[in-house]
Amino acid sequence: MCTTPPRWASSLIILTLTLADREAPARDKPPTSIILATTTSTQDSGLLDVLVPRFTKQTGIEVKVIAVGSGAALQMGAKGDADVVLSHAPAAEQRLVDSGALVGGRLVMHNDFVLVGPPEDPAGVKGLTDLGAVMKALATKGGLASRGDDSGTNKKELELWKKAGVDLATVARRVETGQGMGATLNVASEKRLYTLTDRATYLAQRKQLELAIVSEGAPSLLNIYHVYLVSPAKFPKVKAEPAQRFVDFLVADETQRLIGEFGQAEYGQPLFTPDAKKPAPSEAR
Amino acid sequence: MTELWADPSLGEIALRTLLVSGVATAAAMAVGVPLGYALGRRPFRGQTFLFAAINTGMGIPPVLVGLVVWLLLVRSGPFGAFELVYTKTAMVLAQFFIALPVIIGFSAASIEALSPRLPDLLAMLGAGPVMRLWLIAREARFGLLAAVMAAFGGVVSEVGAAMAVGGNLQGSTRVLTTAIVTETGRGHADQALALGMVLLVLAFGLNLGLTLVQQRRRRA
Repeated sequence: MCTTPPRWASSLIILTLTLADREAPARDKPPTSIILATTTSTQDSGLLDVLVPRFTKQTGIEVKVIAVGSGAALQMGAKGDADVVLSHAPAAEQRLVDSGALVGGRLVMHNDFVLVGPPEDPAGVKGLTDLGAVMKALATKGGLASRGDDSGTNKKELELWKKAGVDLATVARRVETGQGMGATLNVASEKRLYTLTDRATYLAQRKQLELAIVSEGAPSLLNIYHVYLVSPAKFPKVKAEPAQRFVDFLVADETQRLIGEFGQAEYGQPLFTPDAKKPAPSEAR
Repeated sequence: MTELWADPSLGEIALRTLLVSGVATAAAMAVGVPLGYALGRRPFRGQTFLFAAINTGMGIPPVLVGLVVWLLLVRSGPFGAFELVYTKTAMVLAQFFIALPVIIGFSAASIEALSPRLPDLLAMLGAGPVMRLWLIAREARFGLLAAVMAAFGGVVSEVGAAMAVGGNLQGSTRVLTTAIVTETGRGHADQALALGMVLLVLAFGLNLGLTLVQQRRRRA
């Protein structure tokens, strides 16, 4: 009868420790790291994959990008669970600025929302110039896939219904996916529904979707991104200095230029318009 | 799809997946097997209740475990000061709690199947407590290896907890399952599928190895 642990057991332990060693010193214990709570669109479009490594290279500060819906990102800011918030839900952001959780807001960039739907346009909204009329048509004839996840896009959709004077209870066919923009676009495409999307995510996925833009360009479809520092006065654990450096980085000339060029090569048009040169964030309210 | 295979981050993600889930499973074995032994060794008052609790634990959705661990580790949570959230350590911790009931349940069942007099017999033969546990584990190896495979298979394939506590950070906490979610979200279904293949191959390789160990002495 064998009375000692066999050799493979010790090899397994050694292998595990070796693997652990390979990664640990380089990655899990950097000198400084900050948490950036942001929306899925900045990650899904690939923009942050371009910007964040540059920042880390310049400053040595690691950025933990937590990409969630704007609602969840703002919630992290409200509780002091992040250092920086990059979001596109101006009204909800303002409430947190008023409560003192977010400070030092800077306008970073904008792109726009577009309404997309089945190419044959069953609700006949193409060519309607008034967005209110579009929403009213969708309420009776179209059918809409909603994010339903408290994201910035979801908030914008609810705002559009409200502005058009449509009571949600009267909308004939409205499906909440509870998922991100990419997944919601797939649902809309498969179930022949309309949906509200940011232009960047739509362009990134257009190839595999049977969806066409049916309404665009209205002023209320602007999608505006602000960056905020989570208040170090209110939450002492916030790493104020490195977080402020990230805010400054986002609005710096060189970064703004990169934002303006992003997407040009892949989609033939830029996905975002840099806005940091404009005055303080107020026009979106 | 060809770009994906040339991508050095693929190997890194695969290795990280093995590391996180491997350490979590190993830690859950270290804690769970002795607990399973205590639970299955001989009948006692409340055993049925504990078994029911463990069996419930096996069915808890990983995303719920992830949510609880996340709430504990975020800055505003009770363990926020340790700054563990969005690290591999946090992922190991969450996967540990997902694997633990599976290990306890499987090992308790396989130890229950042994003769209840075995521990006393081994003590009489002069085996110390550590040696006794080892020898009993050897006798119960069929069930214990099944426990490893079930637990590892469970944690390596779950996505909710890895996403919640790891944050899916590129180059740091992105594992195969969360990478699949990311690529799907970006509309890269082909890359997501390729990552799924890598996950399947890894899981198959590991299970093949463990099954060979499990069956070896049985055939000999």
